[in-house]
Amino acid sequence: MITTYREAVRTALREALRRDPRVFLMGEDVGRYGGSYGVSKGLLDEFGPERIRDTPLSESTFVGAGIGAALGGLRPIVEVMTVNFSLLALDQIVNNAATIRHMSGGQFSIPLGIRMATGAGRQLAAQHAHSLEGWYAHIPGIRIVTPATLEDARGMLWTALEDPDPVLIFEHQTLYNMEGPLADTAGAVDIDHAAVRRSGSDVSLITYGGTLGRTLQAADELARDGVDAEVIDLRTLRPLDMATIEASVKKTHRVVIVDEGWRSGSLSAEISARLAESLFYDLDAPIARVCTAEVPIPYPKHLEDAALPQTPAIVNAARSMVGARV
Amino acid sequence: MPTLGSDMEDGTLVEWLKHPGDRVKHGDIIAVVDTEKGAIEIEVFEDGMLETIAVEPGEKVPVGTVLAIIRGSGAEKTTIEATPGRRPASIVAPPVLTSTTQPPLPAPPETARRLRASPLARRRASELGVDLGTVRGTGSQGTVTREDIERVAAQKAAAPQAPAEPHVRRDMRAAIAAAMTRSKKEIPHYYLSTAIDMSTAISWLRAQNEQRPITERLLAIALFVKALALALHEVPELNGHWIDGAFRQGAGVHVGCAIALRGGGLVAPAVHDADQKDLGTLMRQISDLVARARAGSLRSSELADPTITVTSLGDQGVDAAFGIIYPPQVALVGFGRISDRPWASEGKIEARPVVTATLAADHRASDGHRGGLLLAAIDRLLHAPQKL
Amino acid sequence: MTDGVASARSALAREHACVLLHEMRRIRRFEEKCAELYSAGKIRGFLHLYIGEEAVAVGAMQGLSHEDAIVSTYREHGHALARGIGASALMAEMFGKREGCSHGRGGSMHVFDAATRFFGGNAIVGGGLPLAVGLALADRITGRPRMTACFFGDGAVAEGEFHESLNLAALWKLPVLFLCENNLYAMGTRIDRAQSQTDLRVKAQSYLVPAETVDGMDVIAVEEATRRIADGVRRGDGPAFIEFRTYRFRAHSMFDPELYRDKEEVERWKGRDPIATLEKRLKEEGLVTDQLIEALDVSVADEMDEAVQFAENGTWEPVEDLLRDVYTRRS
Repeated sequence: MITTYREAVRTALREALRRDPRVFLMGEDVGRYGGSYGVSKGLLDEFGPERIRDTPLSESTFVGAGIGAALGGLRPIVEVMTVNFSLLALDQIVNNAATIRHMSGGQFSIPLGIRMATGAGRQLAAQHAHSLEGWYAHIPGIRIVTPATLEDARGMLWTALEDPDPVLIFEHQTLYNMEGPLADTAGAVDIDHAAVRRSGSDVSLITYGGTLGRTLQAADELARDGVDAEVIDLRTLRPLDMATIEASVKKTHRVVIVDEGWRSGSLSAEISARLAESLFYDLDAPIARVCTAEVPIPYPKHLEDAALPQTPAIVNAARSMVGARV
Repeated sequence: MPTLGSDMEDGTLVEWLKHPGDRVKHGDIIAVVDTEKGAIEIEVFEDGMLETIAVEPGEKVPVGTVLAIIRGSGAEKTTIEATPGRRPASIVAPPVLTSTTQPPLPAPPETARRLRASPLARRRASELGVDLGTVRGTGSQGTVTREDIERVAAQKAAAPQAPAEPHVRRDMRAAIAAAMTRSKKEIPHYYLSTAIDMSTAISWLRAQNEQRPITERLLAIALFVKALALALHEVPELNGHWIDGAFRQGAGVHVGCAIALRGGGLVAPAVHDADQKDLGTLMRQISDLVARARAGSLRSSELADPTITVTSLGDQGVDAAFGIIYPPQVALVGFGRISDRPWASEGKIEARPVVTATLAADHRASDGHRGGLLLAAIDRLLHAPQKL
Repeated sequence: MTDGVASARSALAREHACVLLHEMRRIRRFEEKCAELYSAGKIRGFLHLYIGEEAVAVGAMQGLSHEDAIVSTYREHGHALARGIGASALMAEMFGKREGCSHGRGGSMHVFDAATRFFGGNAIVGGGLPLAVGLALADRITGRPRMTACFFGDGAVAEGEFHESLNLAALWKLPVLFLCENNLYAMGTRIDRAQSQTDLRVKAQSYLVPAETVDGMDVIAVEEATRRIADGVRRGDGPAFIEFRTYRFRAHSMFDPELYRDKEEVERWKGRDPIATLEKRLKEEGLVTDQLIEALDVSVADEMDEAVQFAENGTWEPVEDLLRDVYTRRS
C-alpha cells in the first residue's frame, strides 16, 4: 500500500482510539480544522468531540491537563502544533511530566503521548523552524522519539501509549508528505533501539528525523566514491541506544553526526562526547558533526538552505575523514 | 620534549616522576624520556607547580612538543620542552649538525606538531609493535590511521627478520657517523700534543689515596679534568661554542666526559662548573656519570651543555688520543695512558710516569699558539696537584 | 424540636467542633516541630510554614469527599495532614527518609499520596492548576462522580496558567474546585503591588466561573462554603472558585527576614488566630472545656513526638537506588 507519513500517523491515531477507550486526542485545531498539518482530519467525525478535543491556545494548560488526565487513569495524546509552541508548555513538560513519578516516590506514572511537529525547511522563518528535540532529550523522566520513516510514523505512537511514562514524539514537518509503500500489516514498533538504515564499513553517519533522507542520499553519493557508509537512524533520542551506535563505530571507526539542532550544547555534542568516552581508542579520525548553522533560521530560501545540514556537507565531512584513501 | 642533543629528533616519554598539582623546583627530575641514546631524566628549570601533562607515558613525540605545563610562582606558564634560559647548545656525543646555513641546534619552534595519529592507530601501533614515527600517514592532513599501521605491520611481517642488533644501537651508530662526518667536514681542526711528566701527580695521588676510604679514592682522570678546567681560565677561547659564525664563550666550565657505552656508542655528559669543584667532588661526579650513562639515566642538562670535551683512552693502552670535536664546541682534549717512559731531566735519563695530552681545536675559534698555552697550563697545573 | 434531637445535635456539633480544633492543632504543632527541626538541620531545603492558615486546609478538607482528588502547593503540610496523610509518613518525608510518603524523594514541597488521592505539593506557582484540569477531565470522560480540588495562592492568580486553566475548565465544564488561599503576599509582594484587580472573584467570574470570598480564618465558614460549593461541582455544575482570605503568621520560608510587611500587621492578624478564635467560640457556647482542650493538646503533642521519632528512626535509601523512579521501566 502506498501511503504518506501523514496518513501513517493518522492511521496510528485511529488505531489507538479504536483499541483503547482511555485514549483521546487533544490539541489546537485537531478537530474541525483537521490538524494544522492535516494529520487528524476525519477523526472528529469518527470519534466525536469528547475524544477529539479542540483546545484553546493554552499550551501550558492543555499539556498540563494531559498530564492530569494521565494521572487520572486515561491515555491522552496531546498534539502541540509545533515544537516552537511547546516552549509555552515547558513548565508542564519539564517540571511535571518529567518529575512526578520521581517526586512521588514511584506512586504516580504519567502515561502520556505528546506529539509535535519540528524542524525547518519550509521558509517559515525563525519562530516556526526550531529543532529542539535534542533539548528535550536533556531531561530525565521523559522519552523522546523521532519517527523518520513510514513504519515508525505508523508504529511508534501505539508503543508510546503503552509506555507508562511520558513520551514526546517529534514529527519533522517536511516528512508529512513523504510517500512510499507501507505494509498493510504494519503496526507497533519498538521504541528502544536505533536502526541501521544502511549497512557500511567505512564511516558511520548518525542521524534521526528530518535529516535521515539527506543522510541516506549522502551515503549513496559516497558509495560512488568507493566509501561505504553506514547510516544509523537514532529513532529514540532519549534514552540513547548507545549499543547500536557503538557497534557501528567499532566497525567503521569513523563518525559523522548529522543533527538539525544547533551544534552548541546539542544532541550531536552528547553523542560525540559519549563516543569519545567509550570508544576513543576505536576512533580512526576525529568525530565530525554536520549541524545547523548557529543562526535563527532565516526566511529566504537560499539562506535557510545554507543554514541547514545538506547532503553535500555530509558527503564532504565523510570524505575528508577517509583522507587519502579516496 | 627537550632537545638533548642536536641529533635528537624525538623521544618517548617513559615515566612521569611528578604529577599535576605537584610543586616542582629548579633541579627536580620530573620525567624520564627514552631516546635513541637511552633513558634520560628530564629536569626542570623553574620553580612552580606542574599544571598539566600533555604527553602520556609510551608516547613518542618530536623535539619541541610540549610535555607539560608548569605554572611558575609568578603565575606565568612555562612549557617544558627546550631548556629555557640555556641554549641547548651541544652536547652529547655524537651530535649532528643540521646544516651550515641553519644554525646548529636552535630551540625547536613551539609550534612543533605532535605526530598526527588517530587514537585507533595509536592503539594498533602499540598492539602490533609498529613505531608510529616510521609510518607515513595517509589520512586527512597526513594523519596516521589504522590502515597505515596495519599496512606497515603486514610489510614488516613479510620482510625477513633483521639481525638481532638492537635498533637503538643502530640508530646511535648512524648518528655518530653523521655527526663526525659533519664535524670533520665543517670544522678546520688543528692538533697539538704534549708529554707531561706525571711523577709528582702520581706520588701525590698515592699519598692522598692512602688517607681516603676505598670508595673515595681518586683517579688521574679527576686531576686531568680539574687541570683542564683551570687551564681554560687562561685560554677562555677554547671553552665555549661556535654558533652562527662566531665564538661564544661558555658561561661556566662544563667539561664533557666521553664515556663509552657497553656494546658501542658513547655519550659525553658534562661535569658542571668543573673549575669550582674540589677533586673529591669531581671524582664522585665522574663516577656517577659513568654509572648513569651506562644505566641510561642521564639528565637532560648534563647532555645539553658541555663547553669542552675530554676523552681518555688510557685504559685501552692508547698512548695518545686525537679527537674529533663535538660541534658546536671548539676543542677536545685527549689523555692517553700513563706509562713509564724514559724522561730526560737535568741531564739525566730516568723512567718516569708520563701521559700524552692532546688538543684538537677549531681553527676558526683559536690558533695553535693559544692551544699550546692550554696544554702548557695543564702541564704546569699537573705538577702542583695539591693546588688542584 | 424535641430535647432528645437537640441534645443529639449538640453532641454531634461538639464532636465535630473537636475534630476541627484537633486537626488545626495537629497542623500547628507539626509545623512548630518542623521549624525546630529545620533549625537543628534535620529538615533541609525549603520549608514553607502554614501557621495561621490552618482553618483553610481543615475546613476545606472537611467539605470534600474521599473520592475527590487534591492538587496542592509547596505550602502543603496542612493540606496533607488534614487530608489524612499520617504525621509520621509526612515527617519522614520532611527528613527525606525512605519511609516518607513520597519515599523521601520529594521533601517538604512535594508530598504525594496515592491512597488519599493527593497529587502533590507543586512547587512551581500555578503549575498545579493544569493538572487539576486534567484530573477533572479524566473524571468527566469516564463519568465518575467526583471532582478535583486545587489549592493555590494569590500569587498564582497572576500566572498565565491560572487564566488558561479557569478558561478551559469553564469551557469544558470540568469538575474542578479552585481554592485560592489569599494570604495577601506572593512571597514578599503584597497583592496590590502585583495585581491590577485585587478582587480575585472578578477574574474567575470573567471566565464564567462562579466565585465567592470566604473568611479563611473561620474554619466553620470555610467548611460550610466548601461543602456547599463542592457538592455543586461534583454534581456537574462546572468549576467553581473560592477565595479564602487568610494570613501566614510566619515568614514565607525559613530564610526570610520579612522586610516587606509591618510587625503590627502581623500582630493584627494574629489577633484573628483561627485556633484561638475557635476555642474561644466553643468555650462560650459551652461545647468544650479547658480540660478537654488540654487533653487534646497532650494527644497532639504525643502524636507529633511519635512522628519525629518515626522520622528519626527512618532509613536512608541506599545510593545504589539513586536512579529508581525516573522511568517506570528501567532501561
